[in-house]
Amino acid sequence: MLEVDQLTKSFGGFKAVQSCSLSVKEGTITGLVGPNGAGKTTLFNLIAGAFQPTSGSIHFMGKDVTSLSSDKLFHRGLVRTFQIPHEFHRLTVLENLMLVPENQLGENLLANWLRSGQVRAQEELTRQKAWETLEFLELTHVADERAGNLSGGQKKLLELGRTMMTDAKLVLLDEPAAGVNRTLLRKLEEKIQILNKERGYTFMLIEHDMEMIEKLCDPVICMAEGSVLIAGSFAQVRSDKRVLEAYLGEVVGDAA
Amino acid sequence: MEIPGILIYAMSMAIFMGIYAILALGLNIQWGFTGLFNAGIAGFFAVGAYTSALVTSALSANHLGGLDLPVPVGWAAAMLVAGLVAWPIGKICLRFRSDYLAIATIGVAEIIRLVIKSEGWLTGGARGVTKIPRPLASDNYALSELSYLALVVIVLFCIYLLVEKQLKAPWGRMMRGIRDNELAANAMGKNIERRRLEAFIFGAAIMGLGGAMLAHYYRSITPEAIDPMIATFLVWIMLILGGSGNNRGAILGVVVVWTIWSMSEFVTDQLPEEYAIKAKYMRVFIIGLMLQLVLRFRPEGILPEADQKSAQRRK
Repeated sequence: MLEVDQLTKSFGGFKAVQSCSLSVKEGTITGLVGPNGAGKTTLFNLIAGAFQPTSGSIHFMGKDVTSLSSDKLFHRGLVRTFQIPHEFHRLTVLENLMLVPENQLGENLLANWLRSGQVRAQEELTRQKAWETLEFLELTHVADERAGNLSGGQKKLLELGRTMMTDAKLVLLDEPAAGVNRTLLRKLEEKIQILNKERGYTFMLIEHDMEMIEKLCDPVICMAEGSVLIAGSFAQVRSDKRVLEAYLGEVVGDAA
Repeated sequence: MEIPGILIYAMSMAIFMGIYAILALGLNIQWGFTGLFNAGIAGFFAVGAYTSALVTSALSANHLGGLDLPVPVGWAAAMLVAGLVAWPIGKICLRFRSDYLAIATIGVAEIIRLVIKSEGWLTGGARGVTKIPRPLASDNYALSELSYLALVVIVLFCIYLLVEKQLKAPWGRMMRGIRDNELAANAMGKNIERRRLEAFIFGAAIMGLGGAMLAHYYRSITPEAIDPMIATFLVWIMLILGGSGNNRGAILGVVVVWTIWSMSEFVTDQLPEEYAIKAKYMRVFIIGLMLQLVLRFRPEGILPEADQKSAQRRK
């Protein structure tokens, strides 16, 4: 479904992502792990069209999407969340969700006047879908709150909620668990699995919570210094000596 | 029957308020909803004023146009041409970040002013365009004022409804989203460049209409009227003070600022001549001071942006 080939991104002289190649198969929940600064988020930004790669290529659903912008990728079924929440801070929580669906008739200036009945009907459906999403995320009590006033954890949930408002094929989640409390976390894992099985979302997620990775992800890809170290099952990745080295430094490897 | 002078003065004040309210609503679309720092309101105002003037006035050797068309045609043309002028400007300038956009639009407005001033064959140069027809005018001065006031109020009301509907619609939600977080809006499939251009043109067209209405009220238009202080920064102060992102706030800001602005003229005119000239600058100072106070104590304006509550249909 997603093929990343020899992707490189340099910022000045620094190569954040270096000849990185990986693939995500349809229907999987692929985990992306690696120490801080391994280039995981940069890779996400490249895949999602927020950055343009220096070299290399990205194919999505069999088509070259290397230099497509974020909005075009969204329309092709690729949606992402942000590591640091990017909420629309002066919009209410409900509006944050209602903004997301594509092909909203009411986004056309003239349609608001010429086809206002249709616009209203579509709005009602969108509102309902947004409410259902809020109910699932247990955020209904803050529906009318400005998103900027939410706590860090709630904002992360809102980020996930936005992806649920789409008919995405591939969802990139950047640290969905960070700042979310334990009970909610279990529910989040459950929901990701449900979305994966029932709605056919393919997930690729960056996470530092290894419990979550172990529970959800197969395969797991480990990155270090801008490129892929190893891809395989969680057990394979965990027992790989290079992964340990990347996380803990080479000294530990020698001692073991 | 003699109409008291104070009433006539009040009417002319209300007409100015109505026209400024239209400008402020145009700016609200650009800044309040979309976050576009347009510091060149005067430019679009001028384009609208001159377009309508040239389209509706009688043939003259002093300037182009003189089509002698009905006033509503002139106003429609003003909106259209202001929108058309905004298109290439937006196409080029909207790529800049907000502060650079402000600089670019100031420059553009200044270019428009200089073109109008120096291209005499087109605009009549420094003499401007005169004998612009005033709709619903009669021999009775008070009646003329009153009917023009009614017309301004009607047009303002229509513009208010138009802008308010777009704000409440998914379009407005999307624009506010783009304003709040461009990166996220882009990731949610919104085409930032195109949408910003839409808002820029939409706002500019309304500013053009405001300019046209002022030209027909004055019955003439000269390059003097395109003063950035009066046509750009006063509108900005009105919007910020009233509450950007809130259409009623924008109108309220116009009423408050224009009242102070024109009342202060009364006061300064009472002073002896040598002070009166100096005191003129006090008026600008007072407006600036007010802006400072509002930004310090109530940065969202008198009527802040309202949240779009979902109360009507809760499951």
